[in-house]
Amino acid sequence: MKKLFVVLLLLANAAFAGVAKPLADDPVIEARLKAMSRELRCLVCQNSTLADSTAPLAEDLRKEIRVLMHEGKTDQEVVAYLVARYGDFVRYRPPVNNETAVLWFGPFALLLIGAFVLYRVLKKHAGNDELKGEDA
Amino acid sequence: MIPEIGHFSLILAFCFAIVQGTLPLIGVWQHKPMLANVAVPAARLQFLFIAIAFISLDYSFYVDDFSVLYVASTSNSQLPIMYKLAAIWGGHEGSMLLWVSMLGLWTMAVTIYAEALPQTFKIRLIAVMGMVSIGFLAFVIFTSNPFERLIPAALDGRDLNPLLQDPGMVFHPPVLYMGYVGFSVAFAFAIAALLDGKLDITWARWTRPWTTVAWVFLTLGIAFGSKWAYYELGWGGWWFWDAVENASFMPWLVGTALIHSLAVTEKRDAFKVWTVLLSISAFSLSLLGTFLVRSGVLTSVHAFATDPRRGVFILLYLVVVIGGALLLFAWRAPKVGLGEKFDVVSRESMLLANNVVLVAAAGSVLLGTMYPLLMDALGAGKISVGPPYFDAVFVAIMAPGLFLMGLGPLAKWKKASLPEIGARLKVAAVISVISSVLVPFIMGKMSLMVVVGVFLAFWVGSTSLILLANRVKSRSAATPNLVDNLKGIPLAFYGMFIAHLGIGVFILGVTLVKGYESEQDLRMEINDVAKIGNLNFTFEGTQTIKGPNYESQQGTFTVTKNGKAVAVLHPEKRFYPVQGSVMTEADISPGVIKDLYVSLGEPLEKGAWSVRIYIKPFVQWIWAGAILMALGGFCALADKRYRARNKKLSQGSKEGEQEAHEAFAS
Amino acid sequence: MKRTAKFLIPLVLFLIAVGFLFKGLFLDPHEVPSPLVGKPAPAFTAPLLSEPSKRFNTADMKGKVWLLNVWASWCVACREEHPALMEMAKISEIATYGLDYKDTDAEAQAVIDANGNPYKEIMTDADGKIGIDYGVYGVPETYVIDKLGIIRYKQIGPITEQAFFSKILPLVKALQT
Repeated sequence: MKKLFVVLLLLANAAFAGVAKPLADDPVIEARLKAMSRELRCLVCQNSTLADSTAPLAEDLRKEIRVLMHEGKTDQEVVAYLVARYGDFVRYRPPVNNETAVLWFGPFALLLIGAFVLYRVLKKHAGNDELKGEDA
Repeated sequence: MIPEIGHFSLILAFCFAIVQGTLPLIGVWQHKPMLANVAVPAARLQFLFIAIAFISLDYSFYVDDFSVLYVASTSNSQLPIMYKLAAIWGGHEGSMLLWVSMLGLWTMAVTIYAEALPQTFKIRLIAVMGMVSIGFLAFVIFTSNPFERLIPAALDGRDLNPLLQDPGMVFHPPVLYMGYVGFSVAFAFAIAALLDGKLDITWARWTRPWTTVAWVFLTLGIAFGSKWAYYELGWGGWWFWDAVENASFMPWLVGTALIHSLAVTEKRDAFKVWTVLLSISAFSLSLLGTFLVRSGVLTSVHAFATDPRRGVFILLYLVVVIGGALLLFAWRAPKVGLGEKFDVVSRESMLLANNVVLVAAAGSVLLGTMYPLLMDALGAGKISVGPPYFDAVFVAIMAPGLFLMGLGPLAKWKKASLPEIGARLKVAAVISVISSVLVPFIMGKMSLMVVVGVFLAFWVGSTSLILLANRVKSRSAATPNLVDNLKGIPLAFYGMFIAHLGIGVFILGVTLVKGYESEQDLRMEINDVAKIGNLNFTFEGTQTIKGPNYESQQGTFTVTKNGKAVAVLHPEKRFYPVQGSVMTEADISPGVIKDLYVSLGEPLEKGAWSVRIYIKPFVQWIWAGAILMALGGFCALADKRYRARNKKLSQGSKEGEQEAHEAFAS
Repeated sequence: MKRTAKFLIPLVLFLIAVGFLFKGLFLDPHEVPSPLVGKPAPAFTAPLLSEPSKRFNTADMKGKVWLLNVWASWCVACREEHPALMEMAKISEIATYGLDYKDTDAEAQAVIDANGNPYKEIMTDADGKIGIDYGVYGVPETYVIDKLGIIRYKQIGPITEQAFFSKILPLVKALQT
């Protein structure tokens, strides 16, 4: 019964159903904006990205980014525009430079050092005849 | 009256914690059994009084006692009863009480289930748990008293943050804390063993089930939290690399490493120093997480109202507990023996290689979480470290580890041969390579991320299956009946098998949702249809409905596929008058293949709304994977031989030891 | 000895971490220092609140040391800051200019009428464009700009007594000479 109702409802609607329009005027720019703003931090509610934030400033910045993109600015130029105003804080992807070298490469160094130390220790361990359990 | 009883109980619990944390150690040291034997009763009394305090606070929530400051600030008379009881951990004070209660619960469990441990070891163990508890009880009583009165009483409460008014709030914090705090047992085992000066197989064997239980809770807790974020926050993300998420993830990574290194220590009496260090680290990272959330040094969605006094207090506590533990470690560790011998290529070495990867991965999370703080403290400016960093670095470190995960279980204990492992892996390699091409082909879009992800998922999954097949084959001569054969395999083996399979499922979910999710921002008038793939989303309009403590604009969307109804979704925009906040409640039609996710944006002119529609393929697999991991842990715990042998061992039976070895020899 | 030293590594690492955490307790993670400090203040012209037909131009400020205080009628912290600004106007010669950020003229005027006007002039930035150029992310914010038009200091959040006497006032005096 309920199903039938839904079907009827759908049929009735179909007669004057419109097609949902994208919220944005320019879907290409919107897609770029979305991809970019995922990696940007909202300054007001500092725990969300510029893409997800509902803060008025985030809204303004998205508007501004759209304008810049319409003017033909590349993604890098737009990010540079924001960094010039708010600093590296806005980037969720920190730049790679001297100050962040440890951040970016430290974990890999840790992995390599760990692997090296483990290998040395295992070698020593396997070659140590004083250890018991040789043929257990 | 009731709040005072609660407050008083908390103070009594504190006193018993002091007794529990000090006298037994003196007793053991001075050989005074009288003193030593207070450990168990003191621990149980401590738990009793914490329980009374906890119940008192919950009662105050239940009867809307707004003369209690904490109740007035986190509850409201209109709040549904379920959330009133969950509101107890909705703010700082109560969640600390929950922390302490969990610690009490674990201590209680230790006094019951560690009956068979050597007497002095048990007493030391309980005393260390007591010491951990002293600090936290002091913290609650002196800086975060949940029973503080509000005079005059508030007419009504300020309400629980609407974001937290969700069933997720009922389960997520207790389960997560259970895991977090559970690592205190492994920590206490390590400290007691170091105090004893005797790190041996027995110690590893005893630590193992406790660690597994804590790990299972932590896994579930993190998974619940992720699921909650997914449907509650309204933008369909499931993991944000937020500071607090990271704080729970680091102990998980190190705890996972610990479970694996315990296996080596238990079997070969080797790498004990490393295992002890991991035991200390897992709990230290839990404590660090607590510090990060409570002190406000990092910005996070979970940040509580901060008070520098609290930060200083917890930091001091960290210095005493972790610093003390590491000092003891530095003193005792050099005297620990090396244990039995095994080859560079062996199951043991694979498990340890897994440890290196997991620790490096935890290191990347720690570094990423702390780096903004480091930069700021050094005056080098403010930076943000977010998902793009972790997605790049963490994943790059974990990928080789996941590859190793396929090899490890197939390697023989003590001495394995690479060609032999290679031969066993041929089939898995073929399956994984084919899938990694086929899956993106079916899904219609190829990318490196998807190829690698699918490869690893199938690699982990198929190697696990091959492992099971090999196991069955090796037993088939003795037990030809397949059912009997499968039944005869120890549950501990199934535990590993299921948990590893869970990892495969998880990776597949993560890869496919990341690779193929879609998102549309639309402007929809009533009766407008959004066509996404072969699905039609029709907006039927909104209606106003009244919830228990909110008013809501509820939209109706019918989803059809080739004219047939698939789902009806009711996303909401809720208004909570007490805090004057608006919440977006997305509605999701979950599925094995994909989730349909609709959330209402803002009302526009002429009854139109801005609407976000997401298609999230295979997203449920993420949590299914996590649940499989936890299930694997349960399975290992349920292994009868595993439990039986603890009893036998403590009686010094050589037989039990032999059996235990078999249970884990796979 | 060497054998023991190795086992001290975890403790040492931990203590270093504690040092940073301790320092972290006294830092505010919400405060984002402006990259504009030490750089030329973005030029702008904006209508005056009192007379919208007239425009303020940063170019006219060359040779003067001035404060740009970004505020709004909807901003609660600004209302807390207001008495301090009034006090500043009374006791010092500092030229404070207000930028009324994302506000309506009527509401802003009402606040000034009720609480007094501490500003030399008030400019309006209804769409928040100037705010973006200055990297404003939470009002109130105050910029100290020198004679060459370089931003020398940025106060995020209300000007406190301490910030005024220990930083802003000495800085302005030094810049003026």
